[in-house]
Amino acid sequence: MTKKTSKPSRELIFGDLWEFDPAPETADPKLKKRYDLFINGKFVAPKSGRYFDSINPGNETKLVEIAQAGAEDVDTAYRAAKRAFDTVWSPMPGHERGKYLFRIARLLQDRAREFAVAETLDGGKPIKESRDFDVPMAAAHFFYHAGWADKMAYVAPGRTVKPHGVVGQVIPWNFPLLMLAWKIAPALAMGNCVVIKPAETTSITALKFGEILQEAGLPPGVVNIVSGAGETGAAVMNHPIASKVAFTGSTEVGKIIMRSLAGTDQKMTMELGGKAANIIFEDAPLDQAVEGIVNGIFFNQGHVCCAGSRLLVQESVAESVLSKLKRRIAVLRVGDPMDKNTDLGAINSREQLERITKLVASGVKEGAEMHQSACKLPVKGFYFRPTVFSKVSMSHRIAREEIFGPVLSVLTFRTVDEAIEKANNTAYGLSAGVWTDKGSRILKMSAELKAGVVWANTYNKFDPTSPFGGYKESGFGREGGRQGLLDYCKLA
Amino acid sequence: MNRLPITKTPKCYVGGAFIRSESGRVAPLLDAKGQFFANIPQCTKKDLRNAVEAAAKAGPGWAKRTAYNRGQIIYRLAEMIEARSDEMAQAIMLGGAKSAAAEREVAAAVDRLVHYAGWTDKYESLLGSVNSVASPHFNFTVTEPMGIVGILAPQSAPLLGLVSLFAPAITSGNTVVALASTAQPYPSILLGEMLATSDLPGGVVNLLTGQRAELLPTFSTHAHLRALTGVADAVERKALRIGAADSVKRVKLIESETPVDWYEDQHQGLYHLKDLLEFKTTWHPVGA
Repeated sequence: MTKKTSKPSRELIFGDLWEFDPAPETADPKLKKRYDLFINGKFVAPKSGRYFDSINPGNETKLVEIAQAGAEDVDTAYRAAKRAFDTVWSPMPGHERGKYLFRIARLLQDRAREFAVAETLDGGKPIKESRDFDVPMAAAHFFYHAGWADKMAYVAPGRTVKPHGVVGQVIPWNFPLLMLAWKIAPALAMGNCVVIKPAETTSITALKFGEILQEAGLPPGVVNIVSGAGETGAAVMNHPIASKVAFTGSTEVGKIIMRSLAGTDQKMTMELGGKAANIIFEDAPLDQAVEGIVNGIFFNQGHVCCAGSRLLVQESVAESVLSKLKRRIAVLRVGDPMDKNTDLGAINSREQLERITKLVASGVKEGAEMHQSACKLPVKGFYFRPTVFSKVSMSHRIAREEIFGPVLSVLTFRTVDEAIEKANNTAYGLSAGVWTDKGSRILKMSAELKAGVVWANTYNKFDPTSPFGGYKESGFGREGGRQGLLDYCKLA
Repeated sequence: MNRLPITKTPKCYVGGAFIRSESGRVAPLLDAKGQFFANIPQCTKKDLRNAVEAAAKAGPGWAKRTAYNRGQIIYRLAEMIEARSDEMAQAIMLGGAKSAAAEREVAAAVDRLVHYAGWTDKYESLLGSVNSVASPHFNFTVTEPMGIVGILAPQSAPLLGLVSLFAPAITSGNTVVALASTAQPYPSILLGEMLATSDLPGGVVNLLTGQRAELLPTFSTHAHLRALTGVADAVERKALRIGAADSVKRVKLIESETPVDWYEDQHQGLYHLKDLLEFKTTWHPVGA
């Protein structure tokens, strides 16, 4: 028998030993100075003549000016969409419609790097994410849905499906181009026309997408892109021509929209907030799980509605997981989003940074133990250190409210039942993660968790074929897969 | 000497038991000729909350029954109504229906239940899917019942309307709290007795009678009701949706302004099941 040493195993601490050279992405994002609204196939100035600045959250410099659409512009967009629906898009055979979507996917792939750089400059996410995830996944969504356009008969067995007409859509700032793809691709595939509003802090790639639509020769009016803030969004959601609206954003705003449309019989889909449990059982491959935890909460700075923001660890391995996690966050690289080595980029806006800071302060005040990486942060720009809270109880605000930032709350459990109870004890129900070596336990947990997506031994995986959407206050309707199409057509 | 007949005291079927309203309130029900027939319980918000509690208790067990078992139980309910169809027709005629119309309604309600009895073990294969993701995962989407469904029965078609609304809910494992027609509550009272002898576990279907206007606000705001279906007018629909927004409740209402022909095939089938289901997608690793 070999003698056990009490010495901890050696570890490599890269961050402190040498500095990484900067590795900036240098591709040209081809930004215009000013972006107009994309209505009826053309870029047009807003009727009010008003523009607002879009800044780079990585260094707080102004990037471009974005047109602010008023109610009149939204109305013009809707009328263009209705005309396109009646005269071109709805009469067009499905296989022809599909070809436009295939083209869009291809053109987006052609200009992928340019879009990735624009996305990172405008939104603050690390270039490796926009390059390897956001943009390719957006193209994949168009490619997948393109193939559905001539297969509508298979969407709802036993029934004939028809498009709704014009669909109004409002999308968030965390995955600007990808959320646009999630919204536009299924809508067009099912024969609808679209009026869409990107988030005010991240409009650039949406409006650049208008250029792609022009290159693809998409008939004018089929897609209209109106930029602006909350008021513009309200105009999009409440327009009488809309025969369906789709919203992705906070639960709070989702409820406001639901109430504002209560007097109509408007069709709605809502993809709202989350407070997902990421559950680590003692038999899980722990090193792999730690990578999954990091990806679950620090992907896109935690600006992810399905982020694994509540870590539930089985008590027997809690200490070991926490120490591995602390070691791991110490070497995460936080900084310039344009640097290819950056793991965590910039927080999307000052407003969001303030919200995160406030919730983190509440965690400290309520008695949770905070662990932060000691990394250097850039002087300019909005940044937040990767943060892990241990000794969190279910009643803490950081365990109940969506923080939408790189902040993880660690809770523990003893039994399977306790894990299920704690995971489900939330008003949300978007996603969950399960880490275990046992296939049967994965299936048991999946059946018991009240969440629309369950990741087993992985986290934050997405695919156009895989339906995504929530239970409870995380919203209703699905995006992706055959099930997602049901929300974009009516049954005849 | 004429024997004095024993009349029945109408009671609501809640949690597998027959209850009067906790309030003790009743309202007289007159027959088609305007004669006193019986006193109908006037359920309150408290009764509704109790019914939701009963539905919550029954929910997990019902959802875990095998599809085959749920199918047989719903078929058994059809058998129970068929066996007492004359009595049910009489109950419908209290509201003024002619006997042929009443018999037709009973027959259609029985057929509707048989239709859904046959769906329990089939809808999953049509609504769910295995998805070809571009990573080494077995990715599949299955349906799950939403939980407790609140149902607002129409004023007319007091049996067929009610059955058409609750049958798809329980077919997939939801539990139900339903408010019967305020104007014609008696068929729901009788239906409760048939439910009680159908092998359906207590609490899966809970039937309340009473004043619609009084109970609607609680139907819309009770956070444990995960979905609301039924028939409502424009004012009710708006109020229900505003209340439902707080808990992001799924709301699917049929307009009462346009007459509903419950006999039509469009009022049954797969997509009525789908409206009361959630889709869950699981990413299961593939590999050693």
